[in-house]
Amino acid sequence: MKQHLTGNEAFARGAWEAGVAAAFGYPGTPSTEILENLVKYPDVYCEWSPNEKVALESAAGAAIGGIRSLVTMKCVGLNVASDPMMTLSYTGIVAGMVILVADDPGQHSSQTEQDTRHYARLAKLPVLEPGSAIECRSFMIKAFEISERYRCPVIVRSTTCVSHSRFSVETAERQPRERIPFVKNPSQFVPLPLWGRTLRRKVEERMCRQAVDSSADTELNTIFRRGADLGIVSSGMVALECAEEFPEASVLKLGWAWPFPDELLRTFAASCKRIAVIEEGDPILEEHIRSLGIACHGKDVTPRCGELTPEVVASIHAALDGRPFQPPKPVDEAADLPSRPPMLCAGCPHRALFYALAQFDVIVTGDIGCYSLGVFPPLERTDLLICMGGGFTLAHGMQKAGETRPVVGIVGDSTFFHSGITGLLNLVYNKGNATLIVSDNRTTAMTGHQDHPGTGRTLMGEATLAADIEAIARACGMKRVRTVNPFDLKAMHEVLKEELTCGEPSLIISRAPCILKEKTAVKPALAINAEKCRNCKSCLKLGCPALETPDIKAKPIINAQLCTGCGMCSAVCPFKAIS
Amino acid sequence: MIQNILLCGVGGQGILLAAKVIAAAAVKSGFEVTTNEIHGMAQRGGSVTAFVRYGDTVFSPLFRAGDADVIASMEAIEALRYAHWLRPGGLAAVSRQRLIPVTVSSGKAKYPADADERLAKVFPRLEYIDCHVEAKKLGDARMANIILLGALSRGLDGIPSPVWEEAIRACVKPQFVEGNLAAFRFGRKE
Repeated sequence: MKQHLTGNEAFARGAWEAGVAAAFGYPGTPSTEILENLVKYPDVYCEWSPNEKVALESAAGAAIGGIRSLVTMKCVGLNVASDPMMTLSYTGIVAGMVILVADDPGQHSSQTEQDTRHYARLAKLPVLEPGSAIECRSFMIKAFEISERYRCPVIVRSTTCVSHSRFSVETAERQPRERIPFVKNPSQFVPLPLWGRTLRRKVEERMCRQAVDSSADTELNTIFRRGADLGIVSSGMVALECAEEFPEASVLKLGWAWPFPDELLRTFAASCKRIAVIEEGDPILEEHIRSLGIACHGKDVTPRCGELTPEVVASIHAALDGRPFQPPKPVDEAADLPSRPPMLCAGCPHRALFYALAQFDVIVTGDIGCYSLGVFPPLERTDLLICMGGGFTLAHGMQKAGETRPVVGIVGDSTFFHSGITGLLNLVYNKGNATLIVSDNRTTAMTGHQDHPGTGRTLMGEATLAADIEAIARACGMKRVRTVNPFDLKAMHEVLKEELTCGEPSLIISRAPCILKEKTAVKPALAINAEKCRNCKSCLKLGCPALETPDIKAKPIINAQLCTGCGMCSAVCPFKAIS
Repeated sequence: MIQNILLCGVGGQGILLAAKVIAAAAVKSGFEVTTNEIHGMAQRGGSVTAFVRYGDTVFSPLFRAGDADVIASMEAIEALRYAHWLRPGGLAAVSRQRLIPVTVSSGKAKYPADADERLAKVFPRLEYIDCHVEAKKLGDARMANIILLGALSRGLDGIPSPVWEEAIRACVKPQFVEGNLAAFRFGRKE
């Protein structure tokens, strides 16, 4: 049967067909929808773990426990999960295990542009790179076969474009699998140095066998055989773009991208006069091909940064042909168009918190989530941001550096459970006095409202214990814990005033639900009384998308379609013109 | 034969449903079909685009600027932003709706007062429709995207009217089918 599926839907379908019995992950664009789709299938246990490390370890336990398991994450999630992955490569697994990592070339929604193939090399694990939703399904199934053939996890690397593009995908039925009972074997599964050295040698042998097997694998590595003047070596969706852009050239599309299929690369290179390696990201394949003694084009004509879109591939084509390349430029009539930066939604509780913080002269260390948008004007209340959980720990370090202004560290609720707790524990233990804030909107909002340990619901849809942020903080030794509704501007201002100057560790929980999730919290739209309005523009300092002024001289109006009736603008209006 | 469509607008305007209907209609017509959606940071108010391609053989879901057979925009000036994606002779279907960006409200930028003139100048083949007003007349302002879909369908080859209507039936809830079919026919001028 054919279905029109996104890459992420096809990954879920392939995993289900392959008999996956357990799947784990932490939400992260562009990987999130894989588990959201997989959980809809029968006979597969799925969970959102608090972070990627927990997810990968749980998937490892499941695979060693004898069932096929899947773990999903975005590129930066693998930074968090890399520790167990390195050792798991040594111990190996029993039933098949796939580590699905979605990279984000072009940084559509990521702080860095990472190439997961580096991790594959570091961990000495095979990596498959599908280029279309059709391959997302079939490569997932193959990945489990390869995993069991070598008894090691297999990395499947997606990209934003692969995960979010739809193709017509031929699907099949599920192949159920029996659990393989666990047999104790410490020399395999307890890598003390004594045994670890033996395992280390086995990993190297395994890679040699994989290089031979991938050379012979014509299902994963395919050739578009055309002319012999130019041969292109590529992978993923970029290889498909090359097949379209270069009708005159032969294209070797590597689906099993590492360990490199040396024999195949040599044979293909020998069949073409000239070789060009067109790869997104770092020149990993190019450097290896050169090391085989094969001359090739690569990063001399290909950008290192950003997505290799069809336009970029066309520019590479022109460079290889020695032609100039002039893509169409935006029209003159678009030169002065106003930009549309992403922003906090109308009725977003983060806005209320940032507005309150804007009344104080503070340093704010932020974190990953919708609230990272607090950096933009007019609120401009984020000064430093690195990674998940960093909101708390950066504040601690900044305060220890002797910063004279109060330092405020912000994390979200899902981020608190991901990796905020250890930072809070450290701040108390090491006698820091930064002010910590959990901007708690009761969901993982940025990625589309996934549950987390604090929501009281699992990915399987069951009610469960809702972890208590206040109680966790107190158990870590935090004595000052205040919970405030940020829409109560007065109360929030008072609490901030007290906590910013208290001189000891302090946690504020700024709690109000995400307005997109809690539709019941939406109230009737407000309106501005034009007679009372003096056009002071106090309300515009909120940066609310529902407040519009088509012309800066005009009085603002409220877009009733966007307004959620949160009342922030009414509260800040000095002339009581909004109700 | 291959047809390239670029849909643009602002988050929450329903361009993803329009992409879904085009894809369904093209699949029913026996073509290879791909779509790609770029959500930006998924927040309301940001620019959103979707690519749809169909034809005898489609390798990649993306295409180059200058290669779109049709661009359709749910917001007036967003069409100008992506105008260079349209091939010479291609059709632009544009909604008259204006959404004021926060950069304008904060006084940092201006919404062009001459958007109508600019659109007329940039697009020789322009379907410029007050989609929300017309959709409201037909019973529901939320069908604005389907009016635009009808308009853009005039610039595409290989999909007959009955197949478009079949695709709409397959993509919207039963109680909204008749209204959306009326909206589609209005946009398609049938």
